[in-house]
Amino acid sequence: MSRRRFSSDHVFFSYLTLSGTSIVAILAGIVVVVGLQSRENINRTGITEFITGTTWDPVAGIFGALPAIYGTILTSLIAIIIAVPLGFGSAIFISEFAPPRIGVVFSVFIDLLASIPSVVYGLFGLFTFAPFMREHVQPLLQGAFGKLPVFQGPPLGVGFLTAGILLSIMILPIITSVSREVLKAVPTPEREAGIALGLTRFELVRGVLFPLSRSGLFGATILALGRALGETMAVTMVIGNRYEVSSSLFAPGHTLSAVIANEFTEAGTPQYLSALAGLALILMGITLLVNVIARILVLRITGATR
Amino acid sequence: MFRHNKKTHLWLERTLQAKTLVLIALNILGVSGTLACKGDKGSGTGVSSFASVSKDVTIQGAGATFQYPLMSKWTQEYNRQNPNVRINYQSVGSGAGIRQLIAGTVHFGSSDAPMTDEQLKEAKMPVLHIPVTLGAVAVIVNLKEIGDRPLRLDGTILADIFLGKITKWNDPKIAQINPEVPLPDKAIAVVHRSDGSGTTFIFADFLAKSSEEWRTKVGVSTSLNWPVGLGAKGNEGVSGQVLQMPYSIGYVELTYALQNKLNVAHIKNPSGEYVPPSLETVEKAATIATSLPEDLRVFITNADAPMAYPISSFSWVIVYRDQKDCAIATALARFLWWAVHDGQQFSAPLHYAPLPKEMAERCEQKIRQITCEGKPVL
Amino acid sequence: MKLLSISRKLLRIASSKRRFLNSLFSLGVVLSAILVVAPLFIILVSVAIKGGRALNLDFFLSLPKAVGESGGGIAHAIVGTLFMVGTGLLFSIPIGVASGVFLATTSNKRLSAIVRTSADCLAGVPSIVTGLFVYALLVVPFKRFSGFAGAVALSIIMLPTITRTTEEVVRMVPHDLFESAIALGAKRWQAVFRVVLPTAGRGILAGLIGAASRAMGETAPLMFTAFGSHFLNLNPFEPVSAIPLVIFNYAISPYEDWQQKAWAASLVLTFLVLGGIIVSRRLVYGRFG
Repeated sequence: MSRRRFSSDHVFFSYLTLSGTSIVAILAGIVVVVGLQSRENINRTGITEFITGTTWDPVAGIFGALPAIYGTILTSLIAIIIAVPLGFGSAIFISEFAPPRIGVVFSVFIDLLASIPSVVYGLFGLFTFAPFMREHVQPLLQGAFGKLPVFQGPPLGVGFLTAGILLSIMILPIITSVSREVLKAVPTPEREAGIALGLTRFELVRGVLFPLSRSGLFGATILALGRALGETMAVTMVIGNRYEVSSSLFAPGHTLSAVIANEFTEAGTPQYLSALAGLALILMGITLLVNVIARILVLRITGATR
Repeated sequence: MFRHNKKTHLWLERTLQAKTLVLIALNILGVSGTLACKGDKGSGTGVSSFASVSKDVTIQGAGATFQYPLMSKWTQEYNRQNPNVRINYQSVGSGAGIRQLIAGTVHFGSSDAPMTDEQLKEAKMPVLHIPVTLGAVAVIVNLKEIGDRPLRLDGTILADIFLGKITKWNDPKIAQINPEVPLPDKAIAVVHRSDGSGTTFIFADFLAKSSEEWRTKVGVSTSLNWPVGLGAKGNEGVSGQVLQMPYSIGYVELTYALQNKLNVAHIKNPSGEYVPPSLETVEKAATIATSLPEDLRVFITNADAPMAYPISSFSWVIVYRDQKDCAIATALARFLWWAVHDGQQFSAPLHYAPLPKEMAERCEQKIRQITCEGKPVL
Repeated sequence: MKLLSISRKLLRIASSKRRFLNSLFSLGVVLSAILVVAPLFIILVSVAIKGGRALNLDFFLSLPKAVGESGGGIAHAIVGTLFMVGTGLLFSIPIGVASGVFLATTSNKRLSAIVRTSADCLAGVPSIVTGLFVYALLVVPFKRFSGFAGAVALSIIMLPTITRTTEEVVRMVPHDLFESAIALGAKRWQAVFRVVLPTAGRGILAGLIGAASRAMGETAPLMFTAFGSHFLNLNPFEPVSAIPLVIFNYAISPYEDWQQKAWAASLVLTFLVLGGIIVSRRLVYGRFG
């Protein structure tokens, strides 16, 4: 009987299980360390006041997270809305439209987009993209849709919209490459059946490819959303860093990770540090929420337990 | 247990003998090295006064981004003259530098703002503030109507602009002191720092001295709750933003304004003069520092001296007075001595103002206070 | 007759409507492809213009010089990056690959769901937070910054990617392979370790390279772990430099010479990462998939 307990199989699979649990442990460790760090501020401010407060005053010691939460969610949402159609469209382009050679070249371009460091995106955003937005795009939008509340305010170049678009460029490669994989994985019989029925490319995508790759596309979106939520360097250069909630897309704002990155090195008082840790906790909470919701939705759609 | 044959045995013995000899030799050299260290302690100016340290030493430092270019020049020069002393300075920010010093992960910190009383309490052990260079905060504007002409501003107006009370360029208060300048009827776009920084601290200190409302409403710190304006990251962020955005105003370290050829404002000082930021005017501000408190923690903003630029500041290196590692303490003390004497010749080409000659003596006193195992290291 | 001509007309309209929609769609797709690629060129061109001049052999082989002095390079940063990513891999491979295999082979649905969710959440933790975590654990207690701490931070960042890609790739190995190995008398662990894994090997390697490529571009977590250094340092328990740190430090300086170096270093980093991605693709598909 003791032989069975320590069989090589048992050892090996125990090692696998241990590795898996160590990932959970690392995540738990991070959450615990950050959570402990944020306790001081929570004790002073209270959780609801912290999440709903709108002032961030390090000198007076008043910390409210709402504008940062708003900015994080808004910019990520803009990024997803732009990047998912474009990314899936490019994936379709590679797999259905482009001749193989061009498809390969195009894939390399997408990879190149993914290789650019975020610092470079940030500098590009500040020195090239924001002025472009300020001088051309924003006036255009205001001229056409000026009445809408989302396009109010002077064109500054930096703001939610610019940050959202920059983020979308950064998450495009993820969506494109994962969609590419998913499209490749569509079983050939299904695809050929569609072609045999005389479907146009559009109908093929709409009726066959898209339904079959929906859950994979969804996974890609979640991955991309995760990246967008946590992106720091590039966003902080173009968001305007103004701690305010605003309904206008042209307004400057702030995000959770930008606040942390900007102020962590200079946070002098323990309460200040603790407030920043609180922001990190909220960010991780949002990420967890997104992942859990995604998992539940996937369960509903596919009925699978993966 | 071991299976030597005769050959191995012989080899082992010989190696052991060789190793012992080497160890003894090293020890002798080491000892003589330390003896040489207690070379003559002339009040003279430089490296030649001290015999070189024979042991390889690496010193870690962290702090203000403002000091980074000058520090990198210093550490390289010093390493060239003393190849066995390597000083690694990383610009993580003034506050971070102080925190790392308190945490004990670096040997010295540097900062544009001296440690606060709370931070001193946290440090538990006494620290020394040694000013090594001077900085100035330039107010930069992007006003094409003004061309190359300087804009005049004073502390009250600046505070009102950054408080959001003055919103247009052609506001009567600004026009009053700039009679020859055609000010446009445009909104002022305020740009400030989004990240905590010593530059902000110095600027806010000046504004607080000029405006009671600023002092009570916003305060003085490295990170502030700005009433109006956009935040840009880093000095380069602010200068980049102001360069791009017409009708904007911002504040950056002097070097950035000079390098980017931005239009800097002339600021009114307590003597009533409108002074541009430059190496000379900053040095003038530092001359009031001779009547200094003992610990050299002092602000020279709004310095009341002729032709002094009112938004100037010292930049300090901060070290613990009582060190544990003597080799490092000695090397560090010598480096600092060199920096406040010989090192000052490198300041001007890099747009840093050199310390006034009177300061060098005060610095020397401070550096001599560094001790290791109860004895001063110099 | 009339019916036939009417139905023919209807068919023509129907087919032209279909064709119209198809053309619209095709246009949209091509447009999105162009929109995706355009910013790439704009960014690359502006980086190349700003930094190209600083690229020469000296740049890769020499150590940094103070501002104002010509020459100098980022050799210390290249070594530092390679060292930390390599060491990070040493930590994350045993845990990551094993976890991936675990997720793919285990029948414990509860635990695997927890592990999978944890890996996804870990992927979403902002890298600066990971850096601060490692700072609290490995820097403060020992009172020193180290390349080792930087490597640990990078390994945590690489972990989720390695785990998930390994899981996906191992899942794709046909179950028959596993079963034939068992049928031939192998123990379960032998079947996994010596048959399934090697088959999935290329995919796993691709995942490793992909993760490493991402880690090479990380700045924030290294600021408070590896700290950065001006010197070439081979001691893992002392501060070490890295390419993204150099880019960051130089880019925010006011000196044109340094800014140029920052752009040049960005080019170097971009193509290092790109190289990694292309190699990993090649491994998986045997061509530039």
